[in-house]
Amino acid sequence: MSSPGKPSLPAALVREFEELVRHYPERRAALIPALHRCQEELGGWLSPETLEACAAFFGLAPVEVFGVASFYPMFHLHPAGKHVVGVCHNIACALRGAEEILGAVCRATGAQPGKVSPDGRYTVERVECQGACTAAPMLVLDGVFHENLRPADVERVLAAVPRSPGRLLESLR
Amino acid sequence: MSTAAPSKREVYLLARVGLSDSHTLAVYRAHGGYAALEKVLTGGYTPAQVIQLVKDSGLRGRGGAGFSTGLKWSFMPDPAKDPRPRYLAVNADESEPGTCKDRVLMEKDPHGLVEGILLACFAMRVRTAYVYVRGEYRRSYERMAAAIDEARAAGLVGQKILGADFACDIWMHKGAGAYICGEETGLMESLEGKRGHPRPKPPFPAGSGLWGKPTTVNNVETLSNVPFIVMRGAEWFKSLGTPKSPGNVLVGISGHVERPGVYELPLGIRARTVLEECAGGVWKGRKLKAWIPGGSSTGFLPAAKIDLALDHDSLREAGSMLGTAAMIVLDDTACTVRAMQVIARFYDHESCGQCSQCREGTQWLHQIFARLERGEGRMADIELLSSLANGMAPAKTICALSDAAAIPTHAIVKHFRHELEEHVKLGRCPLAAPHEVRDWVHSEETAEEAHA
Repeated sequence: MSSPGKPSLPAALVREFEELVRHYPERRAALIPALHRCQEELGGWLSPETLEACAAFFGLAPVEVFGVASFYPMFHLHPAGKHVVGVCHNIACALRGAEEILGAVCRATGAQPGKVSPDGRYTVERVECQGACTAAPMLVLDGVFHENLRPADVERVLAAVPRSPGRLLESLR
Repeated sequence: MSTAAPSKREVYLLARVGLSDSHTLAVYRAHGGYAALEKVLTGGYTPAQVIQLVKDSGLRGRGGAGFSTGLKWSFMPDPAKDPRPRYLAVNADESEPGTCKDRVLMEKDPHGLVEGILLACFAMRVRTAYVYVRGEYRRSYERMAAAIDEARAAGLVGQKILGADFACDIWMHKGAGAYICGEETGLMESLEGKRGHPRPKPPFPAGSGLWGKPTTVNNVETLSNVPFIVMRGAEWFKSLGTPKSPGNVLVGISGHVERPGVYELPLGIRARTVLEECAGGVWKGRKLKAWIPGGSSTGFLPAAKIDLALDHDSLREAGSMLGTAAMIVLDDTACTVRAMQVIARFYDHESCGQCSQCREGTQWLHQIFARLERGEGRMADIELLSSLANGMAPAKTICALSDAAAIPTHAIVKHFRHELEEHVKLGRCPLAAPHEVRDWVHSEETAEEAHA
């Protein structure tokens, strides 16, 4: 699996994924959950090296893994900020001030939608319906929902960052 | 979020959600939990009898299509003739805009879903179930995973369940944020570790589903109804709701209302009752302009239709659908064209791109609604919208995402043509200040860049 010069996954993730693949009749089924874990543990995004290492683990061509990763909006294929802020702009949130929330997030972070803030701290994204329609408008900060927001709440929400994602468990070998 | 229902109506699905620690096995058991599983496993029920009971109850799927659950289960082949492995895939990819009811069940009553899954697996002789939860639902995932662990430790999941000759494993599976994975064949592709591209039907999942094996895909709320049907019987279930749409349903109501929330109500309830009694009416003392009955794909209906009943047949007759019973309300200051642009943008973003009608059609619809809202539309655009929507649906593509964009397009042309025309005649949105539209256009362009 680990030929010289080729990226491979950290041993802890390999152990975890070997357990995961046992839930399915075919190994590949664990690919998307595994990509989630890679993104969480390996710097907050899926680098070409990470995708290649996943491909080696699952016995797939790197292009297959890239094809899957690029289909799903939750995967970042470019370096993301230390914290990811998603603002839902879909109908239920739009009717209750989503654009104002997005504006407040952009002002507070200095980032434009779809971009990383100049200090590298935040990625700000427009996201589609998150299933919080009866508590609109909302934002997602590092995977945690913050609901029933007013623009004035945004600073407080951003200040209370739960934990840093993208912490390096182990770097790629 | 608010999850109360008026007390005079019978509530069962949400009966436990107000209890503290409602997500734990101890609380679930203290309130009748797993009694249905015990009844079936120790009461001499056969799988065929459970399927018949669910058929007799008239339960229809709560994921949007409203198909008979018992009938769907009966499509699974007889294991004596077809010994291949077989699967249940639980569709917890709730993502139709406006819909957030399965989340309430998974977060507040996860064992109810686990018990429903076990009963379904018993009925269909399935030994492996996967719960496909959308990636964004972190708490739902955690609560479900914890409930399955608790149930496994208590001998309710795994081998020899409750000492009976019944084995069943349940695995959690996390999606990664694509609406199309809520479509059952897209879900199966995604669960196999691929892009969520829907598959042509036939073959149907009962014959060839996950890994080409017999598979049934059921929605969370659908399965959560099953333990109650087993305990209280088909007649009790049919005493709620309407003859053709029996039972209670979780109705979400969002948008311009005083008290948005998820409410448990009998099918056939009038939309006006949900709006006025449950949600406290249109917010800020304003008047109703438009409402959507069942998620963004079911389209706007005018205020005059607010006395429609929320059931499959009444809404179909009105040219709409019950969908996921997710009402979205617009007050009289809202612009339906802008709201439709948001909806069209969503389906454009979410089209998987396999079928040209959908890939191109959703993009065109989005662009046309955007230029109408900017005041740059032409009268001919209105006919173009209809003509495009006619080219996209019904049944012209592999899955129904194309229909999901076409149906609300037809609805706005039918019910709110005057607003589309007014945008063209004035050359601007009549309901927004010019600076507001300028900001909106700018933010839209930013969105385009972000998606590019």
